[in-house]
Amino acid sequence: MDYLKQDLASLHADLVAKKYSAKELTQQTFANIKATDPQVDAFLHLNEDEALAQADQIDAAGISEDQPLAGIPMALKDNLVTKNVTTTAGSKILGNFKPVYDATVVQKLANAQMISVGKTNLDEFAMGSSTENSAFKTTKNAWDHTKVPGGSSGGSAAAVAAGMVPATLGSDTGGSIRQPASFNGVVGMKPTYGRVSRWGLIAFGSSLDAIGPMTRTVKDNALMLSAIAGHDQHDLTSSDKAVPNYAADLTAATSVKGLRIGLPKEFLGDGIADDVKQAILAAADTYRKLGATVDEVSLPHNKYGVAAYYIIASSEASSNLQRFDGIRYGYRAQDVKNLEDVYVKSRSEGFGEEVKRRIMLGTFSLSAGFYDAYFLKAARVRTVILNDFKAILKDHDFIMGPVTPTTAFGIGEEITDPMTMYMNDILTIPVNLAGLPGLSLPAGFSKGLPIGMQLIGRPFDESTLYQAGYAFEQNTEFHTKVPTLGGHN
Amino acid sequence: MNFETTIGLEVHVELKTNSKIFSPSPVEFGDDPNANTNVIDWGYPGVLPTTNKGVVADGIIAALALHADVEQHTHFDRKNYFYPDNPKAYQITQADKPIAHDGWVEITVDGVKKKIGIEEMHIEEDAGKNTHERNYSYVDLNRQGTPLIEIVSKPDIASPAEAYAYLEALRQRIQFTGISDVKMEEGSMRVDVNISVRPVGQEKFGTKTELKNLNSFTYVKRGLEYEEKRQQQVLMSGGSVRQETRRFDEKTGETILMRVKEGSDDYRYFPEPDLPALNISDDWIKDLQAAMPEMPGKRRERYVNDLGLTDYDAMVITQTKEMSDFFDAMIALKADPKMAANYLQGDVNAYLNDNQVDLSATKLTPANLAGMINLISDGTISTKMAKKVFKAVTKGEEPKAYVEAHGLVQLSDPAKLQPIIDDVLDQNPQSIEDFNNGKDRAVGYLVGQIMKQTHGQANPQVVNKLLMAALKH
Repeated sequence: MDYLKQDLASLHADLVAKKYSAKELTQQTFANIKATDPQVDAFLHLNEDEALAQADQIDAAGISEDQPLAGIPMALKDNLVTKNVTTTAGSKILGNFKPVYDATVVQKLANAQMISVGKTNLDEFAMGSSTENSAFKTTKNAWDHTKVPGGSSGGSAAAVAAGMVPATLGSDTGGSIRQPASFNGVVGMKPTYGRVSRWGLIAFGSSLDAIGPMTRTVKDNALMLSAIAGHDQHDLTSSDKAVPNYAADLTAATSVKGLRIGLPKEFLGDGIADDVKQAILAAADTYRKLGATVDEVSLPHNKYGVAAYYIIASSEASSNLQRFDGIRYGYRAQDVKNLEDVYVKSRSEGFGEEVKRRIMLGTFSLSAGFYDAYFLKAARVRTVILNDFKAILKDHDFIMGPVTPTTAFGIGEEITDPMTMYMNDILTIPVNLAGLPGLSLPAGFSKGLPIGMQLIGRPFDESTLYQAGYAFEQNTEFHTKVPTLGGHN
Repeated sequence: MNFETTIGLEVHVELKTNSKIFSPSPVEFGDDPNANTNVIDWGYPGVLPTTNKGVVADGIIAALALHADVEQHTHFDRKNYFYPDNPKAYQITQADKPIAHDGWVEITVDGVKKKIGIEEMHIEEDAGKNTHERNYSYVDLNRQGTPLIEIVSKPDIASPAEAYAYLEALRQRIQFTGISDVKMEEGSMRVDVNISVRPVGQEKFGTKTELKNLNSFTYVKRGLEYEEKRQQQVLMSGGSVRQETRRFDEKTGETILMRVKEGSDDYRYFPEPDLPALNISDDWIKDLQAAMPEMPGKRRERYVNDLGLTDYDAMVITQTKEMSDFFDAMIALKADPKMAANYLQGDVNAYLNDNQVDLSATKLTPANLAGMINLISDGTISTKMAKKVFKAVTKGEEPKAYVEAHGLVQLSDPAKLQPIIDDVLDQNPQSIEDFNNGKDRAVGYLVGQIMKQTHGQANPQVVNKLLMAALKH
C-alpha cells in the first residue's frame, strides 16, 4: 500500500480482495508514521494498541463491499474528544485530559469501521494559522520542513500530505481546514454550518465552527463527508436535511458544462501574491475550457470580514473557554491560596499567548459599554457579508478564488506579528461568517509549494463543489504531485 | 416627613419537569451528590445544550397564568461569571428577549384590591451547590440545569403587606397551573427582594437595598418592615441610604449589612450560539391556553355564587389546587358543599397538619370523603359516628363498607326504638318522677341509658322525640 498513490476506493478494493488485512494495513501505517513523523510532527498521540485491536475485530468480521471505509486508518484533529484517549486541543490546560465520551463524528467513523490511529497537532484551541500556537510542537509543512503547515488543522493536513494516513478530520472556524489543505496540497472541505454535528468538538467560535474531512482527492473527501454528516440530536444547530452520497455523483460523466462560476475581484486584489493569482486565473481558464462560464463578481464587504470575525469568534471563545477553570478537569495550578487564585493561576499558566489575546479581545468586545460598538456591529457586518454571497449565488452555481493570499510561509516568520497572521484568513473567514460550504483543492505550485483553490457554494450544496472539484482534478495533474521530503517513499 | 415605599421582587420558580432544561439528566433531589448529572451538566469540553420543550411550554403556561404577553420570537443568552457551582462559567438564561412581559396579578390588602404589574419573566437554568467541610470545598451539580422561571415585578408594590399578598397570589396562581410545587421551604420558590423609600412627592426612586436569607413569606414581610423603617430613619436623621446587600436575621428580625455594592456586575450577555432561536406558534399558545386549569379566582367565584360558600370558606378551599380539585370532585359526587368545605377545612386540614403531609400523599379520596358526608346527610350515621368513620377513611377505607362491617348504622326506626325506650322507662321510675317534678336533668340520664342499650347507635333526634312523647304521655 501507498497512501500517496492510492485513494480510499483502491484501499477498500485491496482490503475486500484480502491483498492485505486491516491489521497489516494498520501496522504498516504505524511503521510509516514512525518513520515520517519525527520530521513532520503531525501527531500529538498515537493509539497503536487500540487501533490494532480494532483492526483485528474488523478482520475477524470481514470487510464487505458495502463498507467503503472499513479497516482504513485515519487520524483526528486533537480538538475532537475521544473516549479514554488523551484530547488536548493543543493546550497545556488539557494536557492530561482523557474524555469520557466520543464526539459524534468519532462515533460515526467508528461505526463506519475506520481505524483511528491518533490525534493530530493544532494551534491551541484551533486559534492560529500555523500550528505554532500548539503548546506541544510545531508541525512542519510536508513539502518543505522549514515552512509552516498552516493551521489550525496543520497536523491533519501534513499527515495526509506526507502519506501517513489517507484521511483526517479537521475543524474550520475561519479557514482552519482550507488554509492548511492549501499549504499542503491536499483537499479540505469546510461543510455548511450545521451539516456536521459539533457534539464533541471542543468549541472555539460556536456559531462558526465546522468539522470537515482532509484527504488527497476530492472523491475521498466526498466519501468521508457522507460518513460524518447528518442530523444529531445532541446538536440542535445540526441540520436534518438528508445527506447525499456525495461520491456517487463523481464519475467519468461529471461535468461543469453550463455552470456559472463567480470570481470575486476582491479575491484577486491587493495583498494576493502574484503566483497565487496566476494559478487561480489558470484554473478559471480550465473551467472555461470545460464548458463553464466564469464571471467577475464582487464581494464589496469582504474587507470587513477579518475584523468582524475576530470580534465574533473571540467573543464566543472568551465565553466557551471559561469552563477551563481548574475545578473539574484539566490543569490546576499548585500553590493557590483561594478560589480566585485557582482561576487566575490555572488559566494564566494553562493558556498560551494567542489564546489569552483572544480571550481578552472577546471579553472586551462583550463588555458593558462596548457591546454595541463591537459585538453587535460585527454581527451586523456578518449579515451584510452573507447578503453579498447570496446576491452572487442567486445566479452563480458557485464562487471560485484562492484559499490564501500566499503559499506557505516560513516557521517563525509571522508568529510575532498577529495582524499579518490574521490576514492569512482574509479569503476563508467570510465563508464561515456566511455559514457556506468551502472546498480547498490543489490548483498549482510555486517554488515547490502548493497553491490551493477555494470553491464556495450555496448552503448545503456540497455536491456541486465536489463535482466541480472532481471535474477540475480529472483535467489537471496537481493532485498527483507528492512531496519528496521526509516521506516514507 | 412622610415616605413612600417601593418594593421590587424577583421570584425564582423551580419547574417540576422530568429532565433538566438543557440536558437529559433527571430532575431529582435528595440523591447522592452528582448522581443526576452527565457531561452536559459538568460543562465538559465539546458538549452542547439541547432545549427541553417542556420548559418552554411551562414558561408559556406561567405567562398565561400571570396575564403576560408571550414573546413568540425569542432566544437564549449567556450570562458569564466564574463560580465553582457554575460549571460552564456561564448561565444560559434570557436577557434580551424574555419569554413573556407585561403581566399582572391582583391582590387584596385590607379589603382594597390592587393590580401588581409583572415586568417580565424568563426561563433559565439553575446552578449547582457548593458546600464546605473540613478545609475542603465540594461541588454538587445535581441541581445544575434544573429549569427555573424568574418573575420580575414592576415597581408597583408599595408596602411589605402588599409584597406578602403579591407572593401569595403568585404562588397560588403558579401552583394551580401545576408547573411547580412553589414551596419556599423546599426551595422550589425563591425570592430576591429590593426596597427603597423616598419622601412623598419626590420623583426619583430612593436608593435601594437588597435583602437576602428570606426563607418564608412571613420573613419577607418582616424583613421588609424592618428595612422600610431603617431606611426611613436613616433619611430622617439626615443620612443617605447606601446601595447594599443585607441579610435578614430570623432570630432578631433585623437586617444586617453583608456587602456594599459598587457599580454593577458585568455579565457580558450575548446570544447563546449553541441553541437555535425559539419560535412559539399561535397554535401552541392556544393549545396550552385550552388545557389551562381553572384559576383560583374563578373557582372562588363559583364556590360563592353557585355553591353558597362564604368568601372565607372559598378562600381556604382554593389555597392549593389539590384541595380545590378534591372539593370539586366531592361536589361532583353530590356531597353537601357546606359540609364538604367544613370537613376539608377542619378534620382534613388537622389531619394534614398532624401528619405533616400533602393531601396528595394521603389515602384520602374524594369518593370516600363524599361517601361519608352523604351517609351523614341521609341519616345513616351521626356526626359523632363520623369521627370514627373519618379515621377509617384516612386509612383508605370505603365508608359504607366500614359502617356496615362495624355495625355503625344509626338506629332511626321508631318501631325498633320504642320498645327500648319503654324498657328504660320501666326500669327508671325515679327519673320519670324527677321529670314530672321539673328536673330536666332526668332527660339526659334517660337518653344516656337508651344510648347505652343501643350501643350508641340510636339516632339522638328520633330518641329525643320519642322519649319526650312518652314522658308527657
